[in-house]
Amino acid sequence: MTPAIASEGPLLRIDALTKSFGGFVALDNVNVEIRKGERFGLIGPNGSGKTTLVNCISGVLRPNRGAVLFGEEDITPLPPNERARRGIARSFQIPRPFRSMTVLENLMVALDFAAGRNVLEQASHRRDAALSILTRMGLASKADDPTVTLTQVELRKMELARAMATGPKLLISDEAMAGLSASEVDEVLDLLMSLGGEDVAVIMIEHIMQAVMRFSERVMCLDAGRIIAVGTPAEVMANARVQEAYLGS
Amino acid sequence: MHRNSIAFWSGAVVFLVAVLLTTQTIRNEYPFFAGFVILQFMVLAVAWSILGGYAGYVNFGTNAFFGVGVYSAVLLFKAFEAPLAVQIAVAALVGSLLGLGVGFLTLRMRGIFFSIATIALAIIIETSVTNWRFVGGAAGIQLQRPPVTPPFDSYVKMLFFVQALLVVTAVATTRAIQNSRIGRGLQALRDDELAAECTGVPTLRLKLLACAISGALISAGGAPSAMYLQYADPSSAFNLNYSISVLAMSLIGGTAHWIGPVLGAILLGVTQQMLAVTISSEVNVLVLGIMLVLFVVGAPNGLIGLVRRSRLRARDRT
Repeated sequence: MTPAIASEGPLLRIDALTKSFGGFVALDNVNVEIRKGERFGLIGPNGSGKTTLVNCISGVLRPNRGAVLFGEEDITPLPPNERARRGIARSFQIPRPFRSMTVLENLMVALDFAAGRNVLEQASHRRDAALSILTRMGLASKADDPTVTLTQVELRKMELARAMATGPKLLISDEAMAGLSASEVDEVLDLLMSLGGEDVAVIMIEHIMQAVMRFSERVMCLDAGRIIAVGTPAEVMANARVQEAYLGS
Repeated sequence: MHRNSIAFWSGAVVFLVAVLLTTQTIRNEYPFFAGFVILQFMVLAVAWSILGGYAGYVNFGTNAFFGVGVYSAVLLFKAFEAPLAVQIAVAALVGSLLGLGVGFLTLRMRGIFFSIATIALAIIIETSVTNWRFVGGAAGIQLQRPPVTPPFDSYVKMLFFVQALLVVTAVATTRAIQNSRIGRGLQALRDDELAAECTGVPTLRLKLLACAISGALISAGGAPSAMYLQYADPSSAFNLNYSISVLAMSLIGGTAHWIGPVLGAILLGVTQQMLAVTISSEVNVLVLGIMLVLFVVGAPNGLIGLVRRSRLRARDRT
């Protein structure tokens, strides 16, 4: 694997991040860098700190120690909406649509608030922008449907579409495939793969190993809040500590 | 200008001209005396729905904002004999500051806890005013109206027109919010505050804005009340009935569109006025309760919800 171009710094840098809840240390001195456009898999057993890490990156949680750097900027003190505007988007483990709105309106929220000035101001253009994202996600026919009528896989896609509508440089997909059928997993995976192709770095949290292996350029495995392995998918899978964390010793 | 906007502003002008004409032609003061209350509730209900409807933060402290409006007017009048317009403007300013205070409550409180906090706020302010001798304390204060400004021949008629202006202001503000990205942002944070935040919506800033605007309009709507009654006392100015009526009006009308609270205020306001005259002023509280129960069960999204549902059905049939 070729290393990132030396002249260009990482897109995201997690620097000695520690987060504890009371006496429970959810993340313990985590260091990692994500490159521009990288497809990054994040794995680990339940309770290993994956979602806590995502929450620290997206600003939902503030770490106790350490810093999150996006581009050159230290974004640790910023609230989630500021981070969204700088280009960090995410989906949720349990979908969180805006229930009183249609699918298209869900995307309009993102276009209205996060996409910034580079997106055209006129409402009709924003509508076109939203529709083109929905078309790519295969949801165009549902554009004017209320979100309550969507199926589980459609909800997942809608969340990814809404995240994409913020115009992100980094997309975090938190178990977007949980509970989906095999063919639906492939569908969502193809969508995520296609996003990586356009310079959007993707952090994918997933329990479905085939999906992680196929998707990721690099994989990181967390266990009890610590990084136990980082590397290519094959390296990480072959790692004895990873096998131990998943299968027990 | 958008076609919708032209229709809206023409409607507003027609409404104001009609109000002005009636004040010039109708001799009897009573219709204005009763109509003032209905217009007042329109302002309050529309203003309440900015926070309660779009943002989903149910403010039970309408009476706090209303009373603050009344007493801002009382204070300014007693201390400086300030004219009505100044009373209203300052009341709006004080109301918006109080709104900001309430807005900061939303940082930590949601749902029922927020609502209870707003009730507590009303009690705190009422107690303070009750112990403030300069504005009359618990006994209240009498106010002598200044001479009326032409072209009006009675103060009540003038107040009626002023309140109509406030209705237009409140509705225009709410409509502007509804049609802007602020409205969409408020709707998003009502549905899911965390998801809204992560989609780029500055939730705190929008909540503060909604609280300040809603508070300013409610207090402004309350300010003319001092001159209308020529009297103010804490237990009427901070009466919880304002909160309950306004809540009922908004819910019965529906909060998805600014027209909902307007319709709710007309429906309930007219009913209340008629009952107060024909039977007694106590019965109208009973009727309010019954109507609220009926609507909560039969039409949880208010009159607007009913209309939208029947439109959907009509569309499905074709």
